[in-house]
Amino acid sequence: MAQQSKAGGGDFISNLGKIYGLYTGGFFGFVIILAILERMGVPNKFIGYGFVFLTIAVYAIIGVLSRTAEVGEYYVAGRRVPAFYNGMATGADWMSGASFVGMAGTLFLLGYDGLSFVLGWTGGYVLVAILIAPFLRKFGAYTVPDFFAERFGGNFARFLAVIVLICCSFTYVTAQIYATGIIAQRFLGIDFVVAVYVGLLGILLCSMLGGMKAVTWTQVAQYIVLIVAYLIPVVILSAKKYGVPVPQLTYGSALAEITNLENQMAAKGLAATVKDAAGNAAFAKPHVKPFTDYNPLNFFALILCLMIGTASLPHILMRYFTTPSVRDARASVAWSLFFIFLLYFTAPAYAAFSKLEVYSLIAKGTKITELPTWMFTYGKLGLVKLCGANVVDTASIVAACGKIAGHAGVMRLQDFSINPDVIVLSTPEIAGMPYVIAGLVAAGGLAASLSTADGLLLAIANALSHDIYYKMVNPNAETKTRLVVARVLLVVVAIAAAYTASTKPADILSMVAWAFSLAAAGIFPALVLGIWWKRATSAGAVLGMIAGFGLCLYYLVGTRYFAVTFHEMWSWLGTASPAAKAKFADLKSAWAAASGPAKDVAWVALDKHAQSIASWWGVKNISCALFGLPVGFLTIWIVSLLTPAPSQAVMDMVDATRRPRGGTVIEDKGAAVAH
Amino acid sequence: MASNGADRYWSRTSALMWTMFVLWVLFSFVVHFFVEQLNSVKILGFPLGFYMAAQGSLIVFVVMLFVFAKRQDTIDREEGVAEDM
Repeated sequence: MAQQSKAGGGDFISNLGKIYGLYTGGFFGFVIILAILERMGVPNKFIGYGFVFLTIAVYAIIGVLSRTAEVGEYYVAGRRVPAFYNGMATGADWMSGASFVGMAGTLFLLGYDGLSFVLGWTGGYVLVAILIAPFLRKFGAYTVPDFFAERFGGNFARFLAVIVLICCSFTYVTAQIYATGIIAQRFLGIDFVVAVYVGLLGILLCSMLGGMKAVTWTQVAQYIVLIVAYLIPVVILSAKKYGVPVPQLTYGSALAEITNLENQMAAKGLAATVKDAAGNAAFAKPHVKPFTDYNPLNFFALILCLMIGTASLPHILMRYFTTPSVRDARASVAWSLFFIFLLYFTAPAYAAFSKLEVYSLIAKGTKITELPTWMFTYGKLGLVKLCGANVVDTASIVAACGKIAGHAGVMRLQDFSINPDVIVLSTPEIAGMPYVIAGLVAAGGLAASLSTADGLLLAIANALSHDIYYKMVNPNAETKTRLVVARVLLVVVAIAAAYTASTKPADILSMVAWAFSLAAAGIFPALVLGIWWKRATSAGAVLGMIAGFGLCLYYLVGTRYFAVTFHEMWSWLGTASPAAKAKFADLKSAWAAASGPAKDVAWVALDKHAQSIASWWGVKNISCALFGLPVGFLTIWIVSLLTPAPSQAVMDMVDATRRPRGGTVIEDKGAAVAH
Repeated sequence: MASNGADRYWSRTSALMWTMFVLWVLFSFVVHFFVEQLNSVKILGFPLGFYMAAQGSLIVFVVMLFVFAKRQDTIDREEGVAEDM
């Protein structure tokens, strides 16, 4: 029986190229059929349904076909995933709904400063490859906490790693399920809560029966959909505008045009201006000008935290447990970054083309009575605003702009605001492409959020079932029981995440960005020193994790939820200007003087102001690992030197981890691996 | 004997790691310290400083990782610790 399934698996692996080649061809065929149907007059709504349901059905079929009864297949896909395909799966695992839908929008809003996300979410893979992944693969863990337990003397270190893992993964998965809900709601017109549970069903069908094995093969399929969907609209746009279908090259001209338009708008008084060095009115926030939103400290701190966070997030690291060898693990990181790069180096092109469109519209002096139709399409959804009002119809816009003193009835940049998510979603429509392309983009966004949600859920559920249940609660559990527990926990975690998402928690969504800093501060120092410094002791690692993670968490929660107290305690380390401090004092005395309902209002104003000034050296809380990392490293170093060196057995284990030859360091129970 | 070989393997591996690490620091941070100066150079419409953050560093990272995988594999083979294929 086991023999048969192994042979079957091998057959599947050797035919991967053919299978996914056919799949990609089939997907293109499917897009073409839908395009023909659209030409024949099939309503847009059905085109949208076709995309969403058919792609989810395909993922679910892959998920069901990959079901397994082997622990090794459930946790690490039997360690048989070739480097190239593991790279694709990691790409899908990594790029979330937010990357797909929101990244270009962030770049639109922030210009150069937004590139900190592009850099931060790619460069971390260098650290994954040179410091971590090959060694964890050789080690042979099922989960990241496995390594902590073996290297740092037992279950306390394991338990700490599980806590960090859950803290950074749960908010993240909630945001993914939320994103599936938003996309399904927008394109299918179904109720948000229903959409969330439909998304949940899709996620569970992909992951429950086959664990890592099923998630791997659906993620490869999802990567293909998401990258095709991301590239096609912007490639068509570039070919139309510049005659060259390589947007990554042609957006250089768009950037030059944007700079011209910025100067024109400033000269015509259609945009906010600042005095330049010569005292002339200059455009306030040029697209290519660095450090307009973030100061250099925050720009580089964010890059550092995102990169190190990348190298610490368990759902990414565990993907490298699935390759057949250490050698493949290294190659696989290179392929992962290549596949991620394809999307991230395209995102700035989306941002530039959209900005060019909007700026051209404003620079030519468009009257508010002559707005283009796309503004109404997204205005009705509350995503595009002019003069502070949703662009619903001409009358309401004229009324809203009329309230602004001295408004000439011509659209100005400062009147205009756009939700960042619209940039990618609206590109097909702004460029006048058929609806089928918009449907394709929706399918891509869905693939991106589903695949990331799958990976995260599996990371959380595996930590609970393998690390907590099997390793700590019931070490004698049989294979069958372990798999039942793993699946039950997966469903429970998924439902908890979907329920949280269905309540639309604003805080959870803003917390996603925190996951990177939390993972970096909690996991990175102990993980890297555990591999690269034999002298690192259990006491050092445990205290280092607590100190680094604790400090990062303190800074996050302090500056976000207890900003008033935090500011009062640490104002001597902050960078608030005397004016901001005076404002704080005024608001504080206003709050102290107020009574009844007015007291709550005064508190909100005080807290809001405090959040903007509470800091250490002006570092934004998203980069809290800037403090957590050095403290984590230092604590491990000092405590390790003060405690007795690790035993010879641990030293030998580290040696074995560093040497590629030979089997995995810890026993690979139940994994059908043939080396 | 065996321990000597193991030491040499690890020092070569560490040297490669440090090389890659220094390149990573250069292209993640140091290049971007000079964004304002680089922006005065324009290529295909791209200000060079902007280009480095949007594409240049990313391309370097991708190439670096393929080179790293190949170099480390060579070290593994030469030091006799490569896996059996």
